[in-house]
Amino acid sequence: MDFLTLIQVLDSTVRLATPLLLACLAGLFSERAGIFDIGLEGKMLVAAMFSAAIAYTSGSVWLGLLAGIASSMLLSGLHGLASITFRGNQLISGVAINFLAAGMTVLVAQSWFGQGGRTPSLFGGARFEPITLPFADSIEPVPFIGPIYSELLSGHSILVYVALFCVPATWWILYRTRFGLRLRAVGENPAAVDTAGISVIGLRYAAVCICGVLCGIAGAYLSTALQAGFVKDMTAGRGFIALAALIFAKWRPWYALAACMLFGFLQALALRPDLIEGLIGIPVQVQLLDALPYVLTVVILAGFVGKAIPPRAGGEPYVKER
Amino acid sequence: MDKMPNWADVVLVPLISLFLAFALSGLVILAIGENPLEALQMMVTGALGSTYGWGYTLYYATNFMFTGLAVAVAFHARLFNIGGEGQATLGGLGVALVCLSFEWPHWTLALIAAMAGGALFGAAWAAIPAWLQAKRGSHIVITTIMFNFIAAAVLNYMLVNVLRPDGAMDPATARFPEGTNLPTLHDMLAVFGIPFSKAAPVNISFLIALLACFLVWLLIWRTRLGYEIRAFGHSESAARYAGISGVRITMIAMLISGGLAGLMAINNVMGEAERLVLNSVEGAGFIGIAVALMGRSHPFGVALAAILFGFLYQGGAELALFTSIPRELIVVIQALVILFTGALDNMVRMPIERIFLALNRRKEG
Repeated sequence: MDFLTLIQVLDSTVRLATPLLLACLAGLFSERAGIFDIGLEGKMLVAAMFSAAIAYTSGSVWLGLLAGIASSMLLSGLHGLASITFRGNQLISGVAINFLAAGMTVLVAQSWFGQGGRTPSLFGGARFEPITLPFADSIEPVPFIGPIYSELLSGHSILVYVALFCVPATWWILYRTRFGLRLRAVGENPAAVDTAGISVIGLRYAAVCICGVLCGIAGAYLSTALQAGFVKDMTAGRGFIALAALIFAKWRPWYALAACMLFGFLQALALRPDLIEGLIGIPVQVQLLDALPYVLTVVILAGFVGKAIPPRAGGEPYVKER
Repeated sequence: MDKMPNWADVVLVPLISLFLAFALSGLVILAIGENPLEALQMMVTGALGSTYGWGYTLYYATNFMFTGLAVAVAFHARLFNIGGEGQATLGGLGVALVCLSFEWPHWTLALIAAMAGGALFGAAWAAIPAWLQAKRGSHIVITTIMFNFIAAAVLNYMLVNVLRPDGAMDPATARFPEGTNLPTLHDMLAVFGIPFSKAAPVNISFLIALLACFLVWLLIWRTRLGYEIRAFGHSESAARYAGISGVRITMIAMLISGGLAGLMAINNVMGEAERLVLNSVEGAGFIGIAVALMGRSHPFGVALAAILFGFLYQGGAELALFTSIPRELIVVIQALVILFTGALDNMVRMPIERIFLALNRRKEG
């Protein structure tokens, strides 16, 4: 594998890791506050559908993004209602949200556009175009650094940079602000937070809201930047890979970046089976690459490679009277 | 002492939840510009108006009974088995390997062997998450989700590289030999001279599913093991104090659960397709969750809920054929049923409890 091919593979790694990263950070906020969320997949899916639909009808991708975020937050609100207000089972609520999204997106897309549950293809201003970072063209001829800057770092859509920016932002919010401290506390020991006179319910709703925003951006990225339009089930398990990455990262933001890049790299490799065969001499089954993120997660969960300990109050509704 | 009578808990709350789910589904149909009452009428004629419709309804119901029982058994031990999809996928592999291994002389022998194969493979697929939950404390919901994806990859690999006959293009096994073809309801009812649609895929597996419902009821409420499973589900620490091993119950409950999910393959793989294809489970593993929640994890409730979902499935297919309502409507209904009977249970329960409390107080006062 020569240098330029490596850059190409890494380039598609960044592209494919972006939705994983956004969804993973979304899950991080929610689960750090003690709300398990296996509905990341569904929230990304509705956001992908509504952002593509609104971007197509309005011609503005930014309006599309807003619509995506709003639809994702609506489902977040439902998850919050079920798991915070009515103290329902968070896992069952997540399952319901995934199915609701899978069904509603096709139903709405079919009813609006009549193209078999997809949106029309997006052109021009209805898509996020790649942006070229300053000096990318002039640095390109420089050996080594040139291709890294102009091919790998430059030329992505704005949402990729937003996602990368979210990593330090998440770290800062969680570990350097009062809100972050309380958020983490509410996921470990809500009773203590309540005793301190801070609203557990308010904090948890805030976390679920942030989760909805990030999932919304992730979904919008899928249908308006990575691809040009929504197709049925286009998230294709990405929400679950993000969940896997979250466990892999043990609920920490910088590790989440690393885990998502790793899983993005596996996805990028699965697109180029010829490369792996050239590299190690034997053909590797694509199915193995598809299954690898899940297998790795199970190994991590099993505690054979370090122990993944979730937030202690995760999954349990908080009952004040107790 | 009791907040509300037992019948309200078992019948009233699920019925109100179900009503809310269907009312919202009706609004969805209205919102996409169709008439919900006409749609319902079309679903009823399509699914129940002919023996052909009934044949499909009961065929789907058979799948959902197996996966619903699988989820229900795990629920009794307070384990949430989301992996029914993967376990049924692997069950299909087990059934296919049994059916293709040998020129079966008669379907009865083939069925017994295929049931063993399907249950064994399904149980084996559930065993790893169960062991990880019991011994290493890995959350069973996450591991079973992961195992669904791994199962899809395994099946894909087996069909593309191992089981595909030479020269065939599509990733599927060869047709199963003649001796493994199960009698359909048409064949069975013909013995008694009752006419039934020949084209419908419902087969003897339906009776086996009903038998499985009965056996699960027997297991959960009439055996020592069932008592231990329920005790463990109610309180892990109390069960441990009573000398019930948590590791043992987790393993056994999940093995039974996975085995039941794997058994589904005798219906869809052996009974209907008569070969193994990609994605043969078609989401039945997930519908099992809705069925178990709606049936309150009781085998009788599961059987009823499975038939209701079979009706929705077949009726939904008819709708997709004759109106502009896509098949995905059933996915929405399924989601709403899971939402109202599962996650938003308290939303329905709390006001009803309050009403009964007020009624009791008035009676006393």
